[in-house]
Amino acid sequence: MRSRISLSIVAIAFIAACGNGGGTASTSPSSTSLSGYISVFAAASLMASFDALGTSFHKANPGVGVNLDYAGTPTLVTQIEQGAPADVFASADTTNMDKLTADGFTTGASRVFAHNQLEIVVAPGNPKGITGLADLARRGLIYISEGPTVPAGKYSLQALATAGVKVTPKSLETSVTAVISKIELGEADAGIVYTTDVIAAGSKVQGVPIPAADNVIATYPIVAVKGTKSSAAASAFIDYVLSGAGQSTLATFGFLPAS
Amino acid sequence: MRRERVPIVVVVPAAIGAAFFILPLVGLVVRSPWRDAVTALTAPETIEALKLSLVASLSATGIGLILGVPLAWVYARVEFPGRDLLRALTTLPMVLPPVVGGIALLLAFGRRGLFGSWLDTTFGITLPFTTAGVVMAETFVAMPFLILTVEAGLRSMDRRYEEAARALGASRWRVFTRVTLPLIGPSLFAGAVLCWARALGEFGATITFAGNFPGVTQTMPLAVYLLLETNQEASFILSLVLLLISLLFLVVLRHRWLGSA
Repeated sequence: MRSRISLSIVAIAFIAACGNGGGTASTSPSSTSLSGYISVFAAASLMASFDALGTSFHKANPGVGVNLDYAGTPTLVTQIEQGAPADVFASADTTNMDKLTADGFTTGASRVFAHNQLEIVVAPGNPKGITGLADLARRGLIYISEGPTVPAGKYSLQALATAGVKVTPKSLETSVTAVISKIELGEADAGIVYTTDVIAAGSKVQGVPIPAADNVIATYPIVAVKGTKSSAAASAFIDYVLSGAGQSTLATFGFLPAS
Repeated sequence: MRRERVPIVVVVPAAIGAAFFILPLVGLVVRSPWRDAVTALTAPETIEALKLSLVASLSATGIGLILGVPLAWVYARVEFPGRDLLRALTTLPMVLPPVVGGIALLLAFGRRGLFGSWLDTTFGITLPFTTAGVVMAETFVAMPFLILTVEAGLRSMDRRYEEAARALGASRWRVFTRVTLPLIGPSLFAGAVLCWARALGEFGATITFAGNFPGVTQTMPLAVYLLLETNQEASFILSLVLLLISLLFLVVLRHRWLGSA
């Protein structure tokens, strides 16, 4: 899924104009202001919050065009390793970030910018009366999960194991958004997603909290991708996400603070 | 026969065209870890996915033949208002993004769908997350290829043979089975193969409508996609298997049905 913020044509025209300058003095209004175009690859669960962060970052840095690309974290890792033009990578777990780092696709150490926790997602009004993880194993109830490679799917398995609940999902979806859309469409009765996903989906679904003893805290790290052509803009974006403004934006979407 | 020199303006783009298809395949073959091939191929998940893929794609082709050939016949032989519109509607899945096709199927045949909710309340049948759902998704996406190919065959055949058979007293059914079907044999075959191949490779509509669970709805393309994220090498091998099976079917069947052309 893609959403483009800012007119990429303007950004490209701007880059082209700078390129023409060659050795002559820069024609940009201020020599310190950032310019360029960055591609941010972010985990599917970051969609709403990063759309907002991208918009406000672009407002603060009008010279930088931000292109946001969302998918399941492992999909993004595969895309980056196959040469997709990403400048910033925001992961929904440390495992995938460590893999990308170990494979040599990152610049410097990644920085944790948010935490998240799990919630059971059900249809509005909770028609099946689900009160906790144990209910997911109920007969005739359609429980779906993210696949075990998707961070949310892995955490779901952990939470279910901690709670001692044995349940076989009807389907292993490829992302949290796929799980939510099937709950919305009424095809499935329950799934486990992040608290932030339930908030982002608004009135279309409802959340059932998971007690802290069984819950899993997800860690979200962010990094500049190796070989980025806009490293200054990329690190400015990362700094912005970690700044007070960025953190309070993330908080409004239900994320727990970085530290 | 005298061999004419093929003009260079044809050879160059034709060679580039062929290379465009062959190079990615070479990439797959070269980058696949052949030492791990046996392990990847004999893994129970692989065999499950392969079996499911074959069963589902052949079922989709069977349904395509049963429903699609009559539909093609209607398009080719019956004049009625709105025929072009109907044809366009029934071949829409060819251009529709498969994921959208999957959502459309959910809205119609899902548990809360227009028709699906009736199925659920009356018979207790739900199609999503079942193998039947996989077959439906594949049929939805693949059958248009069969319809269009068979219709073209029916339109281009010489109808005088049918008229002669009718004049000689054959029933309409006899004419259809003994004259029409054999005459359109090649397009019927081509349509069925196209339909089967499209069904075998189907991904978007399947994962959207039927979901993804090993042994039930996880076909080869789904398994390959998911493996890409955990075990790229194994996913390359599985892709090649899918490729070899299709190639084998196409070559063997083409030989058997059409003779060596």
